[in-house]
Amino acid sequence: MASDTGLTHGINLDALERKSTVLNIESETICLETNALDLFYGEKQALKGVNIKLPEKRVSAFIGPSGCGKSTLLRCFNRMNDLVDTCRIAGSITLNGEDIYAKSVDVAELRRRVGMVFQKPNPFPKSIYENVAYGLRLQGVKNRRVLDEAVERSLNGAALWDEVKDRLHDSALGLSGGQQQRLVIARAIAIEPKVLLLDEPASALDPISTLKIEELIHELKDNYTIIIVTHNMQQAARVSDYTAFMYMGELIEFGDTDTIFTNPSEKQTEDYITGRYG
Amino acid sequence: MERRHHISQQFDAELEDVRNRVLSMGGLVEQQIIQAITALSEGDAKLAELVIDNDIKVNTAEVAIDEECTHIIARRQPAASDLRLMIAVIKTITDLERIGDQAERIARMGLRLMEKERPKNNYGELRHLGELVAAMVHDALDAFARMDIDAAIEVAKQDLKVDQEYDGVMRQALTFMMEDPRSISRMLDVMWTARAIERIGDHAKNICEYIIYLVKGKDVRHIGLEKMEKAVKS
Repeated sequence: MASDTGLTHGINLDALERKSTVLNIESETICLETNALDLFYGEKQALKGVNIKLPEKRVSAFIGPSGCGKSTLLRCFNRMNDLVDTCRIAGSITLNGEDIYAKSVDVAELRRRVGMVFQKPNPFPKSIYENVAYGLRLQGVKNRRVLDEAVERSLNGAALWDEVKDRLHDSALGLSGGQQQRLVIARAIAIEPKVLLLDEPASALDPISTLKIEELIHELKDNYTIIIVTHNMQQAARVSDYTAFMYMGELIEFGDTDTIFTNPSEKQTEDYITGRYG
Repeated sequence: MERRHHISQQFDAELEDVRNRVLSMGGLVEQQIIQAITALSEGDAKLAELVIDNDIKVNTAEVAIDEECTHIIARRQPAASDLRLMIAVIKTITDLERIGDQAERIARMGLRLMEKERPKNNYGELRHLGELVAAMVHDALDAFARMDIDAAIEVAKQDLKVDQEYDGVMRQALTFMMEDPRSISRMLDVMWTARAIERIGDHAKNICEYIIYLVKGKDVRHIGLEKMEKAVKS
């Protein structure tokens, strides 16, 4: 091209176009959807009429102050709230169009499809290998080759393989915090879920480990729908395609992350992300 | 627009400081334009020299504000309207600095014209054009201070008037040159001066576009006044 123009650098006109990468929720395949979702812990209402559509194979981040209901909403998606006695919900949640609170739903099966990773890494007091193979063994997989392959694939997927391949049979508790968190993610993806729920996955980690987790999230979204709850707004801005801002149990605004962080529609969102009095 | 305070008062103070510095820089630039035009029309060489000397202050202000913005971006990671403020400021001061360069150019042209025969009206048409753009810069800074997008639109509209008057000055200069070829050298200087003044109007209009971006989050560059107004009203 240089010879055409006589310039040292060829001119790539495409590179000069405005990038039309603004995501549009309308053109996405919806993975999870809530409809007029209310949730009560006893008398206290923790979610109020939440309507949200979460697109498939994208990263959606939930942000908002403590107690706004973002973790509660996250936990609805794999029915973790079932474990709270006083919890009661109204409205509906669908996963690929299927009501996950229907009577016919097998909760264990649901949680296989919707994996979850918590704030504090919680590896089992077993070897690295057994941690990752755990879910598959539970499903009755016994074939050593199948297990070996799954463990390697999952550890690779969680960007941990190179660091642990020589000590797969050492205790998982000997890993660093960041490594443990990636191990837990490997354990979650070993059973090939559709959705990964991440509840503050990096808040207990140092900055380097945090960046590794964020990089991992970026890679994982090719294959999984990822929903992340984070207190760290910059993290939400870095990793997510869509951002939801919640406040006092309500979904205030949900939109593509670029718009939310440059020009949000709601004043409450603006005040929160710019650090003004709430 | 009612503004809440940041939880970090230090952050509030930093943003306020940047805003104030932009306004001070703007005030200095406005003064440079007025003095350059006055020097030209009154044949005041001393004043013209002063304008030329003072351009360095404008340049220094640009560097200082840029630096402050860089620090804020690095340390605070501003978002939403704070982020737009940073972008708008960085762009505004670039245009202010260019306006400063044009004022310096007008002063230099003024010095050259002082060595030549003077017309009876003391370059009244240039003075008028200069006052027009000085008012634009003043009003644009006002609109910036008050985040007033309607005022910004009004200033942007003024640029049409400046362009018309500029065309008039150019036509007149051309006529003079054809009538009397001995005037060509002087008339070229007049044209260059008019050109410098006209450019100031364009820069003032740019600043108005940044104000609209800052307040509405909409990029209204290169779309024409009509669409700009529509974008502001929606």
